[in-house]
Amino acid sequence: MKFNKKITNLLIIAISTLALGACSTAKKSAGSGDVYTGNATVEYLASGVKDRVFFATNSSALTTASRDTLRKQANYLRKNKGLNVVLEGHADERGTREYNLALGEKRANSAKDYLMTYGISGKRVSVISYGKEKPVNSASTPLAWSQNRRSVTIKAK
Amino acid sequence: MKKLIYIFIFLFFKFNIAHSLIEVDITRGNLDPLPIAISPLHVDVQSENYEDLKIKELGSLISSVIENNFKSTGLFNPLNKDAFVQKPDIAHLKPRFEDWRLITAQALVTGKLLVKDDKLKVEFRLWDLAASQEMVALAFTTTPSNWRRVAHIISDKIYERLTGETGYFDTRIIYVSETGLKTQRVKKLAIMDQDGANTKYLTLGNELVLTPRFNPANQLVTYMSYFRNLPRVYLLDIETGIQEVVGNFPGMTFAPRFSPDGKKIIMSFAQDGNSDIYTMDLESRLVERITEDSSIDTSPSFSPDGKYICFNSDRSGLQQIYTMKSDGTEVKRISFGNGIYGTPVWSPRGDLIAFTKMRAGKFYIGVMRSDGTGERLLTENYYQEAPSWSPNGRILVFYRETKSGKDGAGFTAKLWSIDITGYNERELKTETDASDPSWSSLLSK
Repeated sequence: MKFNKKITNLLIIAISTLALGACSTAKKSAGSGDVYTGNATVEYLASGVKDRVFFATNSSALTTASRDTLRKQANYLRKNKGLNVVLEGHADERGTREYNLALGEKRANSAKDYLMTYGISGKRVSVISYGKEKPVNSASTPLAWSQNRRSVTIKAK
Repeated sequence: MKKLIYIFIFLFFKFNIAHSLIEVDITRGNLDPLPIAISPLHVDVQSENYEDLKIKELGSLISSVIENNFKSTGLFNPLNKDAFVQKPDIAHLKPRFEDWRLITAQALVTGKLLVKDDKLKVEFRLWDLAASQEMVALAFTTTPSNWRRVAHIISDKIYERLTGETGYFDTRIIYVSETGLKTQRVKKLAIMDQDGANTKYLTLGNELVLTPRFNPANQLVTYMSYFRNLPRVYLLDIETGIQEVVGNFPGMTFAPRFSPDGKKIIMSFAQDGNSDIYTMDLESRLVERITEDSSIDTSPSFSPDGKYICFNSDRSGLQQIYTMKSDGTEVKRISFGNGIYGTPVWSPRGDLIAFTKMRAGKFYIGVMRSDGTGERLLTENYYQEAPSWSPNGRILVFYRETKSGKDGAGFTAKLWSIDITGYNERELKTETDASDPSWSSLLSK
């Protein structure tokens, strides 16, 4: 079922890319155009290992850049066997509070799933969602919202 | 008390044989509010002091609480007291109807009170000025410190008599009080009377708290707390302050609400990236899973008969509103307009579902019938969500946030209410910024 859904998502992305001409009616969630790609808010778990990945509006799909970041995190975790992490999932402020809590949980879990496919035991990774409650950038701008749609990997205490 | 009920019943009989009584049509909004004169209550000279209450002013204080209630409905126009033509005690015995009609009043409220032996005795009458007759007369005895509640109960009785609807003034609103920067918001549970008086804070702000909801059957509250950084649904008794976590779930539980009989909590449980809807019976502690779908299912709300549930799901791709039977069968999507939909909540009358709609960068509060037809958007704004019904199903309270500049400058969160007619949109004043309001049922039933 999950697999089917991913295929559906991919199809939607493909279709919306083809239909770029009709962009004004395209659903925001379908594209990955509003994923933050900068480094302004990013911190580092270790040299070269970014602590966070970003998402498109209403989406929990990982981008190529996100997968790259998570592979580096997995690598780092493999080298530091005693280290456990918490993945904090977040949403932007442009949604209803309850749905955003669920969405944050889904985002953090899609990062967790990816770490696990790279050999990190699920026991080392816990997940918490903050929904829209803890923005990193408090402005009401598309840039701020894109920085807030994130999953952040924190070293567990 | 029996005697009072007797009086009430007797008068009710009297209305039925009367002619040309005033009626307020609540379905039309505030186009033509009814002029009403609310006379200060006469304070009996034999009244004794009670604690730090200003007994001499108590008659005026009670009448201004009533006046404020009526003004807030948008259906009534309380007249300026300077124009009043009769002293409160004389008017209460028998008004000179023609004099009151001269100041354009159509209804008149009079009353008197006595504070004696640490008891407050209040009596009031509602007069129909056009028909020159009494419509309601009622008396209450209580402790003097309860005077605001007396004012609200009187307001409810008058509202009920004039509109034919159940009142909603003797109620409270629980909400989340917000202070501090947007990135470091401190949130506390807070409760106030529906008119904004008597604010009390129920938590200290040490942990994040969200979405408090009243039990429709009593004064219990369910809410979500990040206590010890474990986001879970809690149950709180606001009289005793005792709270407990609901159920034993190995992950986040959120979006709680009570069933209409108050015996169950319905909520979402999130695990491995998937949120589904569950109920827990508060007595047997029995947990039931209601939805089983790989998409997000949240914001569940029971119909008032308990037979159906409306909820929010993105199983069709984006957030939409669905209904199902309370056992999880017969799932039906009911929202089909342009845009996406969240936070469905069933009216206590059963006829409507209120929701938040998001479309083209705007947020709307609206209502639709429970089969999804008859969608009406009541208010549009930059950001607003989470409607909660007044107990009579006539008004929605929700919260609204403003757009913020750099570093969150200019950000506010406030409570607002609107009639389901789409009229009478107004801010509910709170001591701090506020969100996630939930309206209690009537305290005196």
